[in-house]
Amino acid sequence: MEVHLTTPLKTEDLEKLKIGDQVYITGTVYTGRDAAHKRLVELLKKGEKLPFDPKGQIIYYVGPAPAPPGKPIGSAGPTTSYRMDPYAPALLDVGMKAMIGKGPRDQSVIDSMIKNKAVYLAAVGGAAVVVAKSIKESKVIAYEDLGPEAIREMRVENFPCIVANDVYGNDIYKAGVEKYKR
Amino acid sequence: MREINVKDLIPIVKKLCIEANYYIGEDIISKIKEFKEKEESPTAKNVLDILLENYELAEKEQMPICQDTGVAVYFVELGQDVHIVGGDFTEAINEGVRQGYKDGYLRKSMVDDPIIDRINTKDNTPAIIYTDIVPGDEIKITIAPKGGGSENMSEVKMMKAADGIEGVIDFVVDRINRSGGNPCPPIVVGVGLGGNFEQSALLAKKSLLRSLTEKNPDPKWAKVEDEILEKVNNLGIGPQGLGGRTTALGVFILSKPCHIASMPVAVNVQCHAARHKSVVI
Repeated sequence: MEVHLTTPLKTEDLEKLKIGDQVYITGTVYTGRDAAHKRLVELLKKGEKLPFDPKGQIIYYVGPAPAPPGKPIGSAGPTTSYRMDPYAPALLDVGMKAMIGKGPRDQSVIDSMIKNKAVYLAAVGGAAVVVAKSIKESKVIAYEDLGPEAIREMRVENFPCIVANDVYGNDIYKAGVEKYKR
Repeated sequence: MREINVKDLIPIVKKLCIEANYYIGEDIISKIKEFKEKEESPTAKNVLDILLENYELAEKEQMPICQDTGVAVYFVELGQDVHIVGGDFTEAINEGVRQGYKDGYLRKSMVDDPIIDRINTKDNTPAIIYTDIVPGDEIKITIAPKGGGSENMSEVKMMKAADGIEGVIDFVVDRINRSGGNPCPPIVVGVGLGGNFEQSALLAKKSLLRSLTEKNPDPKWAKVEDEILEKVNNLGIGPQGLGGRTTALGVFILSKPCHIASMPVAVNVQCHAARHKSVVI
Protein backbone atom coordinates (compact mmCIF):
# COMPACT_ATOMS: atom_id res chain seq x y z
CA MET A 1 0.00 0.00 0.00
CA GLU A 2 1.09 3.57 -0.67
CA VAL A 3 0.42 6.06 2.16
CA HIS A 4 1.01 9.80 2.41
CA LEU A 5 1.58 11.10 5.93
CA THR A 6 1.89 14.65 7.22
CA THR A 7 3.45 15.72 10.51
CA PRO A 8 2.71 15.91 13.39
CA LEU A 9 1.69 12.25 13.19
CA LYS A 10 -1.59 11.04 14.60
CA THR A 11 -1.97 7.68 16.31
CA GLU A 12 -4.96 6.75 14.14
CA ASP A 13 -2.85 7.24 10.98
CA LEU A 14 -0.11 5.00 12.36
CA GLU A 15 -2.57 2.27 13.34
CA LYS A 16 -3.43 1.86 9.64
CA LEU A 17 0.19 1.14 8.64
CA LYS A 18 1.45 -2.38 7.96
CA ILE A 19 5.02 -3.52 7.42
CA GLY A 20 6.06 -3.21 3.78
CA ASP A 21 3.82 -0.19 3.10
CA GLN A 22 5.49 2.53 1.06
CA VAL A 23 5.18 5.81 2.97
CA TYR A 24 5.77 9.40 1.78
CA ILE A 25 6.20 11.98 4.53
CA THR A 26 5.50 15.67 4.18
CA GLY A 27 6.17 18.13 6.99
CA THR A 28 8.93 18.34 9.58
CA VAL A 29 11.51 15.76 10.60
CA TYR A 30 14.18 16.23 13.26
CA THR A 31 17.59 14.68 12.78
CA GLY A 32 19.70 13.00 15.40
CA ARG A 33 22.24 10.22 15.63
CA ASP A 34 24.60 8.76 18.23
CA ALA A 35 26.02 11.85 19.94
CA ALA A 36 22.78 13.87 19.83
CA HIS A 37 20.78 10.96 21.26
CA LYS A 38 23.19 10.70 24.16
CA ARG A 39 22.60 14.37 24.99
CA LEU A 40 18.82 14.17 24.53
CA VAL A 41 18.49 11.23 26.89
CA GLU A 42 20.76 12.97 29.45
CA LEU A 43 18.36 15.95 29.35
CA LEU A 44 15.38 13.65 29.94
CA LYS A 45 17.15 11.98 32.87
CA LYS A 46 17.70 15.39 34.46
CA GLY A 47 14.04 16.27 33.85
CA GLU A 48 14.96 19.08 31.45
CA LYS A 49 13.23 20.14 28.23
CA LEU A 50 14.39 18.84 24.84
CA PRO A 51 15.50 21.36 22.15
CA PHE A 52 12.22 20.58 20.30
CA ASP A 53 8.77 19.34 21.31
CA PRO A 54 8.82 15.59 20.54
CA LYS A 55 5.03 15.09 20.57
CA GLY A 56 3.88 13.44 17.35
CA GLN A 57 7.26 14.05 15.73
CA ILE A 58 9.66 12.01 13.63
CA ILE A 59 13.36 11.57 14.30
CA TYR A 60 15.55 10.78 11.32
CA TYR A 61 18.87 9.04 11.99
CA VAL A 62 21.14 10.94 9.62
CA GLY A 63 24.37 12.87 9.54
CA PRO A 64 24.08 14.73 6.24
CA ALA A 65 26.91 15.82 3.98
CA PRO A 66 27.34 19.63 3.79
CA ALA A 67 25.03 21.52 1.43
CA PRO A 68 26.65 22.38 -1.92
CA PRO A 69 25.98 25.95 -3.17
CA GLY A 70 22.32 26.44 -4.08
CA LYS A 71 21.06 23.30 -2.34
CA PRO A 72 19.31 23.09 1.06
CA ILE A 73 21.33 20.03 2.10
CA GLY A 74 23.96 17.59 0.84
CA SER A 75 23.54 13.84 0.49
CA ALA A 76 21.39 12.67 3.38
CA GLY A 77 20.65 8.95 3.55
CA PRO A 78 19.89 7.05 6.76
CA THR A 79 22.49 5.71 9.18
CA THR A 80 22.28 2.28 10.89
CA SER A 81 19.63 2.39 13.59
CA TYR A 82 20.73 -0.23 16.14
CA ARG A 83 23.23 2.25 17.61
CA MET A 84 20.25 4.36 18.74
CA ASP A 85 18.45 1.36 20.33
CA PRO A 86 19.69 2.14 23.88
CA TYR A 87 18.13 5.64 23.63
CA ALA A 88 15.01 5.16 21.48
CA PRO A 89 12.50 3.95 24.13
CA ALA A 90 13.10 7.08 26.28
CA LEU A 91 12.21 9.31 23.31
CA LEU A 92 9.13 7.27 22.41
CA ASP A 93 8.00 7.57 26.03
CA VAL A 94 7.89 11.37 25.71
CA GLY A 95 5.73 11.31 22.58
CA MET A 96 8.00 10.77 19.55
CA LYS A 97 5.90 8.84 17.04
CA ALA A 98 8.30 7.60 14.39
CA MET A 99 11.94 6.88 13.70
CA ILE A 100 13.55 6.75 10.25
CA GLY A 101 16.74 4.79 9.76
CA LYS A 102 18.04 1.56 8.30
CA GLY A 103 18.56 -1.94 9.65
CA PRO A 104 16.75 -3.99 12.30
CA ARG A 105 15.86 -2.83 15.85
CA ASP A 106 16.27 -4.50 19.21
CA GLN A 107 13.24 -6.19 20.80
CA SER A 108 13.26 -3.52 23.55
CA VAL A 109 12.61 -0.86 20.89
CA ILE A 110 9.92 -2.97 19.21
CA ASP A 111 8.19 -3.43 22.60
CA SER A 112 8.36 0.32 23.18
CA MET A 113 6.80 0.95 19.74
CA ILE A 114 3.87 -1.35 20.66
CA LYS A 115 3.47 0.38 24.04
CA ASN A 116 3.65 3.92 22.62
CA LYS A 117 1.92 3.20 19.29
CA ALA A 118 4.94 4.34 17.31
CA VAL A 119 6.52 3.08 14.08
CA TYR A 120 9.95 2.57 12.57
CA LEU A 121 10.41 3.48 8.93
CA ALA A 122 13.28 2.32 6.71
CA ALA A 123 14.83 4.67 4.19
CA VAL A 124 17.17 3.22 1.56
CA GLY A 125 20.74 3.29 2.86
CA GLY A 126 23.18 4.67 0.34
CA ALA A 127 20.41 6.32 -1.70
CA ALA A 128 21.51 9.60 -0.20
CA VAL A 129 20.96 11.86 -3.20
CA VAL A 130 17.48 10.44 -3.86
CA VAL A 131 16.55 11.15 -0.21
CA ALA A 132 18.13 14.63 -0.28
CA LYS A 133 15.82 15.62 -3.15
CA SER A 134 12.82 15.37 -0.78
CA ILE A 135 14.45 17.69 1.78
CA LYS A 136 13.43 21.26 0.99
CA GLU A 137 14.88 23.16 3.97
CA SER A 138 17.28 22.32 6.77
CA LYS A 139 18.54 24.27 9.75
CA VAL A 140 20.60 23.35 12.79
CA ILE A 141 18.54 23.83 15.96
CA ALA A 142 20.87 22.30 18.57
CA TYR A 143 24.38 20.98 19.21
CA GLU A 144 26.14 22.75 16.35
CA ASP A 145 29.46 21.62 17.88
CA LEU A 146 28.65 18.07 16.79
CA GLY A 147 29.09 18.96 13.10
CA PRO A 148 27.26 16.32 11.01
CA GLU A 149 25.73 14.96 14.23
CA ALA A 150 23.97 18.23 15.16
CA ILE A 151 20.17 18.25 15.47
CA ARG A 152 18.54 19.69 12.37
CA GLU A 153 14.94 20.62 11.66
CA MET A 154 14.14 19.62 8.09
CA ARG A 155 11.14 20.44 5.96
CA VAL A 156 10.45 17.47 3.73
CA GLU A 157 8.09 16.78 0.85
CA ASN A 158 7.23 13.19 -0.03
CA PHE A 159 10.19 11.76 1.84
CA PRO A 160 10.22 8.08 0.72
CA CYS A 161 10.41 5.21 3.23
CA ILE A 162 9.05 1.75 3.96
CA VAL A 163 7.26 0.63 7.15
CA ALA A 164 9.74 -1.71 8.89
CA ASN A 165 8.01 -2.04 12.29
CA ASP A 166 4.31 -1.25 12.73
CA VAL A 167 2.46 -0.49 15.97
CA TYR A 168 1.50 -4.18 16.26
CA GLY A 169 5.04 -5.50 16.71
CA ASN A 170 5.51 -6.84 13.17
CA ASP A 171 9.07 -6.73 11.84
CA ILE A 172 9.89 -6.64 8.12
CA TYR A 173 13.48 -7.69 8.83
CA LYS A 174 12.23 -11.03 10.18
CA ALA A 175 9.25 -11.50 7.84
CA GLY A 176 11.20 -10.57 4.68
CA VAL A 177 14.11 -12.87 5.40
CA GLU A 178 11.81 -15.81 6.26
CA LYS A 179 10.11 -15.45 2.88
CA TYR A 180 13.26 -15.50 0.75
CA LYS A 181 15.74 -17.75 2.59
CA ARG A 182 16.48 -21.20 1.21
CA MET B 1 66.27 8.12 -8.70
CA ARG B 2 63.13 10.09 -9.62
CA GLU B 3 62.18 13.03 -7.42
CA ILE B 4 58.52 13.66 -6.59
CA ASN B 5 57.54 16.76 -4.64
CA VAL B 6 54.86 16.22 -1.99
CA LYS B 7 53.22 19.49 -3.05
CA ASP B 8 52.33 17.85 -6.37
CA LEU B 9 50.57 15.03 -4.52
CA ILE B 10 48.06 17.26 -2.69
CA PRO B 11 45.78 18.12 -5.67
CA ILE B 12 45.93 14.50 -6.85
CA VAL B 13 44.81 13.20 -3.46
CA LYS B 14 42.11 15.88 -3.31
CA LYS B 15 40.72 14.88 -6.71
CA LEU B 16 40.72 11.18 -5.75
CA CYS B 17 38.60 11.89 -2.62
CA ILE B 18 35.98 13.75 -4.62
CA GLU B 19 35.81 11.44 -7.63
CA ALA B 20 35.68 8.26 -5.53
CA ASN B 21 32.70 9.66 -3.61
CA TYR B 22 30.75 11.02 -6.61
CA TYR B 23 31.17 8.21 -9.16
CA ILE B 24 30.40 4.52 -8.58
CA GLY B 25 32.29 1.85 -10.54
CA GLU B 26 30.71 0.40 -13.67
CA ASP B 27 31.19 -3.07 -12.16
CA ILE B 28 28.73 -2.27 -9.34
CA ILE B 29 26.13 -0.94 -11.77
CA SER B 30 26.33 -3.94 -14.07
CA LYS B 31 26.22 -6.45 -11.16
CA ILE B 32 23.18 -4.75 -9.61
CA LYS B 33 21.40 -4.88 -12.99
CA GLU B 34 22.32 -8.56 -13.35
CA PHE B 35 21.00 -9.44 -9.88
CA LYS B 36 17.86 -7.36 -10.40
CA GLU B 37 16.89 -9.63 -13.31
CA LYS B 38 17.02 -12.68 -11.01
CA GLU B 39 15.48 -10.99 -7.94
CA GLU B 40 12.16 -12.50 -6.76
CA SER B 41 11.04 -9.87 -4.24
CA PRO B 42 9.22 -6.82 -5.65
CA THR B 43 10.42 -4.70 -2.69
CA ALA B 44 14.00 -5.78 -3.38
CA LYS B 45 13.69 -4.94 -7.09
CA ASN B 46 12.37 -1.52 -6.13
CA VAL B 47 15.31 -0.92 -3.75
CA LEU B 48 17.81 -1.94 -6.45
CA ASP B 49 16.14 0.50 -8.87
CA ILE B 50 16.46 3.29 -6.29
CA LEU B 51 20.17 2.51 -5.88
CA LEU B 52 20.71 2.69 -9.65
CA GLU B 53 18.80 5.98 -9.79
CA ASN B 54 20.92 7.30 -6.92
CA TYR B 55 24.25 6.52 -8.64
CA GLU B 56 23.01 8.40 -11.70
CA LEU B 57 21.78 11.36 -9.66
CA ALA B 58 25.02 11.59 -7.67
CA GLU B 59 26.99 11.95 -10.89
CA LYS B 60 24.54 14.42 -12.42
CA GLU B 61 24.18 16.59 -9.31
CA GLN B 62 27.88 16.25 -8.39
CA MET B 63 27.04 15.03 -4.91
CA PRO B 64 28.39 12.09 -2.90
CA ILE B 65 26.61 8.76 -3.54
CA CYS B 66 26.24 8.31 0.21
CA GLN B 67 26.33 10.93 2.98
CA ASP B 68 28.84 8.67 4.74
CA THR B 69 31.88 9.62 2.73
CA GLY B 70 33.90 7.49 5.04
CA VAL B 71 37.30 7.23 6.58
CA ALA B 72 39.80 8.16 3.86
CA VAL B 73 41.74 4.90 3.47
CA TYR B 74 44.76 5.10 1.18
CA PHE B 75 46.85 2.30 -0.25
CA VAL B 76 50.18 3.58 -1.55
CA GLU B 77 52.57 1.55 -3.69
CA LEU B 78 55.80 3.48 -3.48
CA GLY B 79 58.43 2.72 -6.11
CA GLN B 80 61.80 2.18 -4.46
CA ASP B 81 63.47 4.46 -7.04
CA VAL B 82 61.33 7.43 -6.00
CA HIS B 83 62.76 10.11 -3.77
CA ILE B 84 60.02 12.12 -2.04
CA VAL B 85 61.04 15.74 -1.50
CA GLY B 86 59.52 19.03 -0.38
CA GLY B 87 57.94 17.97 2.91
CA ASP B 88 56.14 15.31 4.89
CA PHE B 89 54.48 12.63 2.74
CA THR B 90 51.80 11.73 5.33
CA GLU B 91 50.95 15.39 5.91
CA ALA B 92 50.60 15.89 2.14
CA ILE B 93 48.02 13.09 1.95
CA ASN B 94 46.17 14.57 4.92
CA GLU B 95 46.21 18.01 3.28
CA GLY B 96 44.71 16.47 0.12
CA VAL B 97 41.99 14.87 2.25
CA ARG B 98 41.36 18.16 4.07
CA GLN B 99 40.92 20.04 0.77
CA GLY B 100 38.95 17.28 -0.96
CA TYR B 101 36.45 16.83 1.85
CA LYS B 102 35.98 20.61 2.16
CA ASP B 103 35.73 21.58 -1.51
CA GLY B 104 33.81 18.42 -2.49
CA TYR B 105 31.16 19.03 0.22
CA LEU B 106 31.93 15.61 1.67
CA ARG B 107 30.99 14.73 5.25
CA LYS B 108 33.61 14.96 7.96
CA SER B 109 33.24 11.74 9.92
CA MET B 110 36.36 11.46 12.09
CA VAL B 111 36.41 11.98 15.87
CA ASP B 112 39.65 12.69 17.71
CA ASP B 113 39.50 9.80 20.16
CA PRO B 114 37.34 6.71 20.02
CA ILE B 115 35.58 6.81 23.39
CA ILE B 116 36.41 9.56 25.92
CA ASP B 117 35.81 12.87 24.10
CA ARG B 118 34.86 11.89 20.52
CA ILE B 119 35.32 15.44 19.22
CA ASN B 120 34.91 15.77 15.45
CA THR B 121 38.22 16.76 13.81
CA LYS B 122 36.13 18.82 11.32
CA ASP B 123 38.30 18.04 8.27
CA ASN B 124 38.03 14.22 8.04
CA THR B 125 41.69 13.76 8.91
CA PRO B 126 43.64 11.77 9.78
CA ALA B 127 43.56 9.49 6.75
CA ILE B 128 44.53 5.85 7.24
CA ILE B 129 47.51 5.15 4.99
CA TYR B 130 49.11 1.81 4.11
CA THR B 131 52.37 1.91 2.19
CA ASP B 132 54.08 -0.90 0.28
CA ILE B 133 57.56 -0.47 -1.18
CA VAL B 134 57.60 -1.88 -4.73
CA PRO B 135 60.13 -1.95 -7.60
CA GLY B 136 60.13 0.98 -10.03
CA ASP B 137 60.03 4.78 -10.04
CA GLU B 138 56.28 5.40 -9.82
CA ILE B 139 53.77 5.95 -7.02
CA LYS B 140 50.35 4.31 -7.22
CA ILE B 141 47.78 5.86 -4.89
CA THR B 142 44.42 4.21 -4.31
CA ILE B 143 41.66 5.70 -2.19
CA ALA B 144 38.95 3.47 -0.76
CA PRO B 145 36.66 5.65 1.37
CA LYS B 146 34.94 3.33 3.83
CA GLY B 147 31.65 4.02 5.59
CA GLY B 148 31.02 3.08 9.21
CA GLY B 149 27.85 1.01 8.74
CA SER B 150 29.49 -1.82 6.84
CA GLU B 151 32.86 -1.56 8.61
CA ASN B 152 31.05 -2.18 11.93
CA MET B 153 29.88 -5.59 10.69
CA SER B 154 33.47 -6.81 10.12
CA GLU B 155 35.32 -9.33 12.28
CA VAL B 156 38.59 -11.23 12.73
CA LYS B 157 38.56 -14.77 14.11
CA MET B 158 41.58 -16.89 15.00
CA MET B 159 40.39 -20.31 13.83
CA LYS B 160 42.03 -23.75 13.96
CA ALA B 161 43.38 -25.72 10.99
CA ALA B 162 41.03 -28.49 12.18
CA ASP B 163 38.05 -26.23 11.38
CA GLY B 164 38.83 -26.83 7.71
CA ILE B 165 37.58 -24.85 4.72
CA GLU B 166 34.01 -25.75 5.78
CA GLY B 167 34.61 -24.01 9.12
CA VAL B 168 35.91 -20.93 7.33
CA ILE B 169 32.91 -20.82 4.99
CA ASP B 170 30.51 -21.26 7.92
CA PHE B 171 32.16 -18.41 9.83
CA VAL B 172 31.97 -16.02 6.86
CA VAL B 173 28.33 -16.90 6.11
CA ASP B 174 27.40 -16.60 9.81
CA ARG B 175 29.10 -13.19 10.02
CA ILE B 176 26.93 -11.97 7.13
CA ASN B 177 23.82 -13.56 8.63
CA ARG B 178 24.42 -11.73 11.93
CA SER B 179 24.92 -8.47 9.99
CA GLY B 180 21.43 -8.63 8.46
CA GLY B 181 20.31 -5.32 6.98
CA ASN B 182 22.85 -3.23 8.93
CA PRO B 183 25.70 -2.94 6.39
CA CYS B 184 23.48 -1.68 3.52
CA PRO B 185 23.16 -4.83 1.40
CA PRO B 186 23.68 -5.71 -1.38
CA ILE B 187 27.19 -5.99 -0.01
CA VAL B 188 30.59 -7.10 -1.22
CA VAL B 189 32.30 -9.56 1.12
CA GLY B 190 36.06 -9.23 1.57
CA VAL B 191 37.77 -12.25 3.14
CA GLY B 192 41.38 -12.32 4.34
CA LEU B 193 42.80 -15.78 5.03
CA GLY B 194 46.12 -16.51 6.71
CA GLY B 195 48.98 -14.23 7.58
CA ASN B 196 48.56 -13.31 11.22
CA PHE B 197 45.99 -11.39 13.28
CA GLU B 198 46.48 -7.97 11.69
CA GLN B 199 47.52 -9.15 8.24
CA SER B 200 44.31 -11.12 7.79
CA ALA B 201 42.29 -7.94 8.35
CA LEU B 202 44.41 -5.99 5.89
CA LEU B 203 44.05 -8.77 3.30
CA ALA B 204 40.27 -8.65 3.72
CA LYS B 205 40.28 -4.90 3.16
CA LYS B 206 42.66 -5.09 0.17
CA SER B 207 40.57 -7.83 -1.43
CA LEU B 208 37.77 -5.26 -1.81
CA LEU B 209 39.83 -3.31 -4.35
CA ARG B 210 39.18 -6.00 -6.98
CA SER B 211 36.57 -5.34 -9.67
CA LEU B 212 33.36 -7.40 -9.56
CA THR B 213 33.95 -8.31 -13.18
CA GLU B 214 37.28 -10.03 -12.36
CA LYS B 215 37.36 -13.63 -11.22
CA ASN B 216 39.89 -14.78 -8.61
CA PRO B 217 42.96 -15.81 -10.66
CA ASP B 218 43.37 -18.95 -8.52
CA PRO B 219 40.61 -21.48 -9.41
CA LYS B 220 40.88 -22.98 -5.91
CA TRP B 221 39.79 -19.71 -4.31
CA ALA B 222 37.38 -18.82 -7.12
CA LYS B 223 35.44 -21.98 -6.25
CA VAL B 224 35.28 -21.05 -2.53
CA GLU B 225 34.16 -17.51 -3.44
CA ASP B 226 31.30 -18.92 -5.55
CA GLU B 227 30.24 -21.26 -2.74
CA ILE B 228 30.20 -18.46 -0.14
CA LEU B 229 28.28 -16.17 -2.51
CA GLU B 230 25.59 -18.78 -3.08
CA LYS B 231 25.23 -19.48 0.65
CA VAL B 232 25.11 -15.76 1.51
CA ASN B 233 22.40 -15.12 -1.08
CA ASN B 234 20.42 -18.08 0.27
CA LEU B 235 20.20 -16.28 3.65
CA GLY B 236 17.29 -14.25 2.21
CA ILE B 237 18.48 -10.96 3.77
CA GLY B 238 18.11 -9.10 0.48
CA PRO B 239 18.69 -5.42 -0.36
CA GLN B 240 18.61 -3.32 2.83
CA GLY B 241 17.68 -6.47 4.81
CA LEU B 242 14.04 -6.23 3.73
CA GLY B 243 14.12 -9.76 2.32
CA GLY B 244 15.19 -10.95 -1.11
CA ARG B 245 17.68 -12.98 -3.13
CA THR B 246 20.29 -10.22 -3.54
CA THR B 247 22.33 -10.00 -0.34
CA ALA B 248 25.85 -9.94 -1.81
CA LEU B 249 27.11 -8.97 -5.26
CA GLY B 250 30.43 -10.73 -4.84
CA VAL B 251 32.92 -12.42 -2.51
CA PHE B 252 36.65 -11.70 -2.73
CA ILE B 253 39.33 -13.80 -1.05
CA LEU B 254 42.98 -12.87 -0.54
CA SER B 255 45.25 -15.35 1.20
CA LYS B 256 48.82 -15.47 2.57
CA PRO B 257 50.98 -18.13 4.22
CA CYS B 258 50.57 -18.46 8.00
CA HIS B 259 52.09 -20.05 11.13
CA ILE B 260 51.74 -23.82 11.67
CA ALA B 261 49.56 -23.15 14.74
CA SER B 262 47.32 -20.50 13.21
CA MET B 263 44.38 -20.02 10.86
CA PRO B 264 43.34 -16.34 10.96
CA VAL B 265 40.16 -15.39 9.08
CA ALA B 266 38.98 -11.82 8.60
CA VAL B 267 35.72 -10.63 7.08
CA ASN B 268 35.54 -7.03 5.91
CA VAL B 269 32.01 -6.14 4.88
CA GLN B 270 31.56 -3.52 2.14
CA CYS B 271 28.26 -1.79 1.40
CA HIS B 272 26.91 -1.50 -2.16
CA ALA B 273 28.63 1.91 -2.45
CA ALA B 274 31.96 0.12 -2.96
CA ARG B 275 34.08 3.13 -3.78
CA HIS B 276 37.71 3.00 -4.84
CA LYS B 277 39.84 4.92 -7.28
CA SER B 278 43.52 4.75 -8.24
CA VAL B 279 46.07 6.94 -9.92
CA VAL B 280 49.65 6.23 -10.99
CA ILE B 281 52.15 9.09 -10.72
